[in-house]
Amino acid sequence: MSTSIRKIVTVVEETQVEGGRSVSPPTRRAAAIAVIENPFAGQYVENLDVLIAIGEELGGLLGERAVAALGIPGDSVESYGKAACVGAEGELEHAAAILHPKLGAPFRKVLGKGAALIPSSKKRGGPGTPFDIPLGHKDAAYVRSHFDGMEVRVNDAPRDNEIVVAVAVTDSGRPHPRVGGLTKGEIKGEDGLR
Amino acid sequence: MPSVEIRKFVTQVEEIRHEGGPPAGQPAVRGAIAAVIANPYAGRYVEDIAGFMDDLKPLGLDMARRLIEALGGDAARIEGYGKGAIVGSAGELEHGALWHVPGGYAMRELLGGAKAIVPSAKKVGGLGTHIDIPITHKDASYVRSHFDAIEIGINDAPRANEIVLVLAMTSGPRVHARVGGLAASEIKGEDGLR
Repeated sequence: MSTSIRKIVTVVEETQVEGGRSVSPPTRRAAAIAVIENPFAGQYVENLDVLIAIGEELGGLLGERAVAALGIPGDSVESYGKAACVGAEGELEHAAAILHPKLGAPFRKVLGKGAALIPSSKKRGGPGTPFDIPLGHKDAAYVRSHFDGMEVRVNDAPRDNEIVVAVAVTDSGRPHPRVGGLTKGEIKGEDGLR
Repeated sequence: MPSVEIRKFVTQVEEIRHEGGPPAGQPAVRGAIAAVIANPYAGRYVEDIAGFMDDLKPLGLDMARRLIEALGGDAARIEGYGKGAIVGSAGELEHGALWHVPGGYAMRELLGGAKAIVPSAKKVGGLGTHIDIPITHKDASYVRSHFDAIEIGINDAPRANEIVLVLAMTSGPRVHARVGGLAASEIKGEDGLR
């Protein structure tokens, strides 16, 4: 593996009660987070192919870790998202190079499918910076019950020359969804939107 | 006796490959599990609270089992442990102390032996409050390579009337431990200290 990974963190949340009412079955979501060295920290580099390749590796690795943490088959995943937090000496464009060109294909391969855009966010921060991974239904971006976000942070990362890269997967939408819109039962599955 | 009302579980696992030094042959793993429960004594002073410790025992065992599973499923691989609690703002620090007996009992029950005192921390806090769970070797408190801590927090807990209960475990020493002291190989195992 060409990526220099310092650590991998997985987080699983299982919600059993929301708003005082039981959630049955509980909603579950998992994030897999890698802390990697930023090869371009502290310098402006025009060509970001190295980071694009790192993104491709992490798409598969983190996808597998997140699904394993959730303990369900990949094709049972309902929603997904991705995000990155770049250390002080890196650029937002470094996060973009990891997240956007090539991370999605191997991530989707772990899930069997995934017609919808993978929602994403990025920021710069120091060790312990919290960042939110946006979540959307993997086959139809407009499924309203699955619009969500998962906050993650790694207390000792990113250091100045590091990037924290995260993906998240769920087995469900929000607990007790009741604001209407497209439901997962109505997905047509043609365009990744509806 | 009040029942234990669980709102959510959060499990986090870190796989540490290096921290700037030589990569570990087998990465160190460490993890923590948190349960968000209703505080049955929130908002008022209750003198007799000790009975709740027994009520928490099944939850402690469930959490310890979940955490061992998240760390790979082999209890024999666990070498360090710790516990802690964050009490929501309508509760007392003393409510967090209710976790000492059931939290420690659960880990000892599942890890076997484990003569060392389980190091702990507690505090009162609001949503997103983080806590550092101290970690020591489970058989001998003085093993210097295993002194550690794991930070954990949950962005939406504890609410004022909740308590976050935490158990933490590690697979071994700090990844680049090299400051001497009692080594794990030198444990006598008589008193839980050395």
